[in-house]
Parts: sequence; C-alpha cells; structure tokens
Amino acid sequence: MMGAFGTFFAQATPGTGGPVIGSQGADLLYLIASVFFILGIKGLTHPRTAVRGNKFGAFGMFIAVVATILKETDLDLGMIATGSALGAVIGAVAALRVQMTAMPQMVAIFNGFGGIASSLVAGAAFLLAIGSVSSLQSSIATGASGLIGSITFTGSIVAFVKLLDLRSLSKIRGAIPGQKIWNALLFLGAIAACVWVVRDPGNVSAYWTVCAIASVLGVTLTTPIGGADMPVVIALLNSYSGLAAAATGFVLDNNVLIVAGSLVGASGVILTAIMCKAMNRSLTNVIFGTLGPSADGPSADEVYGGKVKAASPDEVAMLFDGAQRVVVVPGYGLAVAQAQHTVRDFAALLESRGVQVEFAIHPVAGRMPGHMNVLLAEADIDYDKLKEMDQINPTFGQVDVAIVIGANDVVNPVARTDPNSPIAGMPILDVDRARTVVVVKRSLSPGFAGIPNPLFAADNCYMMFGDGKKAMIELIASLKESD
Amino acid sequence: MHGSFLLVVAAGDGGTSLIGLLTILMLAIFVGFEIITKVPPTLHTPLMSGSNAISGIALVGALLAVIALGEGSTREVSVARWLGFFAVVFASINAVGGFLVTHRMLAMFRRKK
Repeated sequence: MMGAFGTFFAQATPGTGGPVIGSQGADLLYLIASVFFILGIKGLTHPRTAVRGNKFGAFGMFIAVVATILKETDLDLGMIATGSALGAVIGAVAALRVQMTAMPQMVAIFNGFGGIASSLVAGAAFLLAIGSVSSLQSSIATGASGLIGSITFTGSIVAFVKLLDLRSLSKIRGAIPGQKIWNALLFLGAIAACVWVVRDPGNVSAYWTVCAIASVLGVTLTTPIGGADMPVVIALLNSYSGLAAAATGFVLDNNVLIVAGSLVGASGVILTAIMCKAMNRSLTNVIFGTLGPSADGPSADEVYGGKVKAASPDEVAMLFDGAQRVVVVPGYGLAVAQAQHTVRDFAALLESRGVQVEFAIHPVAGRMPGHMNVLLAEADIDYDKLKEMDQINPTFGQVDVAIVIGANDVVNPVARTDPNSPIAGMPILDVDRARTVVVVKRSLSPGFAGIPNPLFAADNCYMMFGDGKKAMIELIASLKESD
Repeated sequence: MHGSFLLVVAAGDGGTSLIGLLTILMLAIFVGFEIITKVPPTLHTPLMSGSNAISGIALVGALLAVIALGEGSTREVSVARWLGFFAVVFASINAVGGFLVTHRMLAMFRRKK
C-alpha cells in the first residue's frame, strides 16, 4: 500500500509532481540546520556573540522547515501556511509585549507548547501507521513522546499559572495526603499504557491513554511545588520539552529533531543542576520534599526583639558618606516593585561621586536562572558590574555599604551557622560581612523558607522599610540633598 | 501516498538505522553538555528561552503530518492532519516567540563605554 518510496533520490509521485529535493538532500539540509543550532548555543557563551548566536538558531529552524517542505510532495501547504502564520503572529505578539519580569511565565508556557506539539506529532504518526506494522523503535518512541510531551504541557501550564500571580497562588501547594503514592501509581499507569502502545500498535486509544495519564501526572507533580522552587521546575520542564522533541525524532527517524532535542534536554538538565546546587537541595527534594520552618528554630521575637534598627532615607543617605565600595544585592522583591530603573539611577548617582558600585547576584535571585541579570540589563546596567556569588563573596569584607533590596533567604547567615535550619548549607551572599548593611524591605516578614533572618537584627544592619521603588526614590532624593 | 511520514512509521522500509540515530543522540548530548556548561550565569535566561525556541523543532514533525487530502484518504489521515495543524500552531508559537523574545533580551545586554 505504501508503494516504493525513494530513500535517496527524489521520486515523482504521479499526479502531484515530484519533490524538489530527495531524502538525501533534505538530510543534508537537516545536518546544516543542526550545525546552526549548535553554533547558536555556542554564541550564547558570551554576551558579545549572543545576539548572533540566537540568529543562527532561528536560521537553523528556517532551513529545517524549508527542507521539509521541499522534500514532501503531498503536504497541504495552505493549511501549513495558515497554522504557521497563526502561530507566528501569536508568538511574535507575546514576545514583543511581554514584560521582562514576566519572562519566567513566558518561557514556561512556550515550553508547554513545545511539549504538546511533540505529543501531537507522535499521535499523528501513530494514526498514520495504523494498518501497517509499526517498528518497535517507533512505538517505544511514540509512547515516550506522548508521556514526556504531555507531562511537559500540563506541568508548564500549572507553572505558568503559579508564576502569573505569585502572591496569592504560591501558597497553594495542593499537597493531598499520599501525594507520592498517587504520583507513583499514575507514573506506573502511564508506563503500562506505553507498554500497551508497543503491544498493540493498531490501537490509537492506547496512545491517548498515555497522554491522558501523563497530563494528570504533569499537574499532580507540579502543583505541590512552591514558588521559590520555580526556577528548578522551569529548567526541568525545559529539558523535558527537548526530550519530547528528541523522542519524536526517533518516531520519525529524523536527525534534526534528535540533535535539537538533545541540545535542549542537556541545557535544561545543566540549569536544573545549577539551581538545585544554589539552593543546596537535591532534585528529589525539590520535587517531592517539603520545605517548612523547623519547629525548634528561634521565633521571630527571639531573633528581632528590640534589636532591629529602622532608618529613614535621610539617615541611610549619611551611611554613604565617604563610602568607596557599595554592593547592591537585588532580590525578587526588586522585580516585583519594578525598581530596577530606580536602582540604576541610584548606582549612577553613587558612581558620579567616585564610588565603585557592583551588583551581587544570587543564582536563585529571580524566578528563573539568570532572571535578575536580564532585569538589570533591561535597566541598562553594564553586565560587567553583575557579579556572581562565588566571585563577590570573598570581597564582602572590603565593602563599605551592602544594600539589599527585596531579598531575604539568600542573605540569611543562618544558612552558614545553624545546621538545623531548613536552609542550612544553602550558599548565601555574605552581606553580613560588609561594614554596613542596609536592607530595603516592606516588613520583617519571612521569605519562602519561613524563618527569621538574624541579619536584620545585626549591629551593622539598618532596615529601611517600604516599597522597594519608593524607598529607593526617597534615598536618591536624600543623597542629592546632602550634596 | 503519504510521503516520508509513512515511510518512517511503516516498518521494513528504508530509514536510518536505530544505532545510527542513537549515535547522533549520544554525540548531540555530549556536544550540548560541553557548550552549555560554558554559558555564563548572566545569560542563563536567554539560554533557556533560546533553547526553548529550538525545541520548537517539533515543527518539522508537525509539517509532515499535514497531508493534503485526496481520493481514498482514510479517516486516520484526516484526523492526523488536524493533529498536525495544531502541532504546527503550537510549535510556531514556541519557535517564533522564543527566538524573538531571546533577541529582545540579548539586545539589552551591553557594556557601557
């Protein structure tokens, strides 16, 4: 029924005209596309070459699409044009309008779209193979693609919704009793459905069962994960979307899907590992564990009682008199308050007085890896001034003023000192070692770890209470007055 | 006649060998690990959104499923082309949106004189 398809050379199909290029020509173009993907990611290893790298990636995608269309003779080009135009417009509008603070949501939802696209493609391949005998390779890959793609899709949607409104939704952990057991059962069910796909390749219900169970699993796996752990979740889902594409590559015997999918998978795995390390937690702990205040830890009253010093912007401005080196520590609170431009003005004002200003970025400072760097770059802050934790930590002893804006757990010295604390061992920014510390924060409320921060009660620490942006504007005004 | 989409899902007809595909998979994973570990933390968000755009490569698979209907087209073909159509939409959002937003971000990273 299938007829003899030319594998190496273009073969005319009667009535529809021949393909422009043969399979071999298309494979060559796919190889070129793969090379562009690799060059594209290589470009991202330096800010100078990154823009070009991204263009290489986009060009690789273009070549892969063109190769596919030229190779095939029986595609409905009108339908393809409609679908891709629709997708391109939606994607472009979203990409051009999104706020930089909303980048994690954006990446999460795009991830999900990549995942479901892979699942749908594998489903289509499964349908088209009905009536013929599928190879073991393609049916195993089909099961994997349906499983991973569907988990990616629903997991990403849950992550997207959680990220949309952190303040109200991050509290929903949605853990039901026996969560782990249910997840384990769902996972086993999904695997069983994959086995069904392999054993009964003529039954499309088997494939949809895989997708249905995996979709539920995506929700139940992601819902209990807290807002602070979102960087890990997004990185992990990123790697899943790559793995789903690679699995689809095995369904279709397509090299470029496998190469591109593996690159994305590797990228996601590396970022996941970096995020876990930055929180001193294992991946299993992030996904299945719970992080709560330890019952025997000191209460907020014991830590803060009578020792916290509040300072007005005028008083804080005086702390900068004669300062030589100032380090700004931005946290997610800065992004929420949209204070990045104000902070840039603050840094520029100090620099005009000859002060050396740097920014200390904790790896989990934002809601996704590198998020804070993008926000500060948006405010036109030179990337050379953004210092990594390992780079700046040994130098805090020589810092005159460290100003912490909207960060809490990542500067909590308890991580170093109290082995029983829930954040024990988490790498932190050692701001407490600076000569003077100013903390800009709305209140003394705890961060995601739910524990008090002894830094706020330290002798060298002053609290400047208020909204990050408003407080910084007042501080700038006070600094200018004192000139 | 359903082009290479059928060619590859149907057994016994041509296609690349499994071992060849696994070789490509392994090499690509190693290349991925080698270059991605060199990406500085400052560019981790663009790396995520850029690699995310690359996962829109599922678009290639999606295109293959959007088969023109002809005489004797089965119900499977007409369902598959709709699955393909939606996959094209989702994958294009992923790819076009991903590359554009990455470009927007990267354009912000500069070193002041």
